[in-house]
Amino acid sequence: MAATTDAAPALGPGIYRRKTKTQRVLNALNGMVAVPMRDPFALVGLAIYVVFVLVAIFAPQIAPYDPLEILFADGKLASNIPPLTDDHVLGTTNLGRDIYSQLVFGTRSALIIGLSAAFIVAALGTLVGLLAGYFGGLIDTIMMRIADVALGIPFLPFVIVLAAFLDPSVWNIVLAMALLLWPNTARVVRSQVLTVRERAFIDAARVTGSSTSRIIFQHVAPNILPLSFLYGSIAIGWAILTEASISFLGFGDSNVVSWGVMLQDSFLSQALSRGSYHWFLPPGICIILVVVAGFFISRGYEEILFPKLRD
Amino acid sequence: MVRVVNRLLHMLFVLWAVATIMFFMFRLMTGNPLAAYIDTNFTLEQQEALLVQFGLDKPLWQQYFIYIGNLLQGELGQSFFYRKPVGEVLMNAFPNTIVLTMGALVVAYLFGIPVGAYLAWKRGTWIEGVGIPTVLATRAAPEFWLGMILLAVFAFNLGWFPSGGANTAGAEFNSEFARFTSVDFLWHLVLPALSLALYLQGLPLLLMRSNMLEVMQEEFVTMARMKGLSEWAIIMRHAARNALLPVVTTFALSIGLSVGGNVVVETVFSWPGLGRLLVGAVASSDFPLAQGAFLLITLVLVSMNFIADLLYHVLDPRVSHGSNN
Repeated sequence: MAATTDAAPALGPGIYRRKTKTQRVLNALNGMVAVPMRDPFALVGLAIYVVFVLVAIFAPQIAPYDPLEILFADGKLASNIPPLTDDHVLGTTNLGRDIYSQLVFGTRSALIIGLSAAFIVAALGTLVGLLAGYFGGLIDTIMMRIADVALGIPFLPFVIVLAAFLDPSVWNIVLAMALLLWPNTARVVRSQVLTVRERAFIDAARVTGSSTSRIIFQHVAPNILPLSFLYGSIAIGWAILTEASISFLGFGDSNVVSWGVMLQDSFLSQALSRGSYHWFLPPGICIILVVVAGFFISRGYEEILFPKLRD
Repeated sequence: MVRVVNRLLHMLFVLWAVATIMFFMFRLMTGNPLAAYIDTNFTLEQQEALLVQFGLDKPLWQQYFIYIGNLLQGELGQSFFYRKPVGEVLMNAFPNTIVLTMGALVVAYLFGIPVGAYLAWKRGTWIEGVGIPTVLATRAAPEFWLGMILLAVFAFNLGWFPSGGANTAGAEFNSEFARFTSVDFLWHLVLPALSLALYLQGLPLLLMRSNMLEVMQEEFVTMARMKGLSEWAIIMRHAARNALLPVVTTFALSIGLSVGGNVVVETVFSWPGLGRLLVGAVASSDFPLAQGAFLLITLVLVSMNFIADLLYHVLDPRVSHGSNN
């Protein structure tokens, strides 16, 4: 796996010179940003993310209305206003809510769900992979059996069944993802750890008396962080898609403005038979953009971290 | 042979583990062990019979063994909503889901495989530049959203297809087979199958493309080129055949994944399948039905993984003789 360290020397083991903690963090960040710069697809993906993050942060400034406010015009309910009327860029819902404002605020829940689920999945998968790969033996066997079971559980139906017991909340989705989706990351991390474990600098660390936890977290972990990052960026899209499906099925939190809830609202309000494309097309397009951005970024990482996969 | 037995045991282990997880979820999280099987609207005799059948008055560990025993006999209790045995309700919906899944998958693979090979052939051209992001976009789109667009355009706007269900209300058939082959049924099948296929074609397409690119580097392709064969003959007779193998094994895998993922598409088109049954059961707290539908979906997923695994080794002997990983 020389390729990993060649491509991202900043993430390699600190065997050349001792660096301070801040230096190390800065170097790692630099490596993560440098990768997309070399791949046009990854650059596009990153640009999409930046735009969505900015929209999410400045949502109250960008959106002309409160997304849940029921609007009135001339004393009448402002329902089903067609797009590009007055300041309703995308028109209003049948309850008189501004669709564009909902779309803008939807970026917030998408990013919160996407990032938190991705972080948990990547962190858990990395931890399990590290421990299973480094220790091997019984720990490895037990963890990999649990991984098999998790992979044998149908994901979406499981989230739905969870909804039978838990109150509707976006955190159910994060919980289900944490429970079921870590094995993919764990398996890849584990096999990577198996090769890193045999390298000379690990032996060197062991001989010089480093503690086990120090070897795992200071010497092995930095070498597999790019992998965790790769799987994390895929999980963001998965989480957003899952939220959309669950909300659409009616198990989401209807007090939260999200793209999935918007789609469910439009579906139940006969937007399809009325041909209100301005209502149900935009949320889907936003979902596609964010998920595709994740694909592009992970593709960029894959091609640069694992050049043998290229062509 | 050892391998087959090994994989079979492995599959049974996963099934047992999932069944056990479900047992604890439904007994402990409903707050009341009776709630998992007994609806207070059942008649007293029915309640009494279920109490005995599932041993609900016994300690939890005894209930567990009774539950596993019942599962092995396909005994899943009474649906609260349908007032019928869960097994019967599931078996009514299951064929609809299988037909939908298989129909969509066949279309997806018939489309994805040749198009994937074509995109590999067109590597580096503008066709690839447009094609790949388009395919990625279909994989990124929520399945139900694709369904909503098809529904709005082809059912509501143009009126070419019905907007939901599997049959026109009141239609009667002599047998299930007659129903599945009736024009009416196929007419209802088009839109849901198409929205699923739109989502599913990405996997065979991208896989076929990357396999083709890999195979085109192999020596036997160079050899065919040196023999002066036409580009068409090289692609069809030499490269595509070899690239096809791994794609075929993913077909079984996709069946399993799709039966679970169908849930949303079935809801959009009111398709009377397993997924819609699960959604309805959870929404109305019909616990026995929810548990049964979930276990059946899991059974399909796990057994399809098993078949894919076997196929993979049968079709590519290098894998089974090479290592024992």
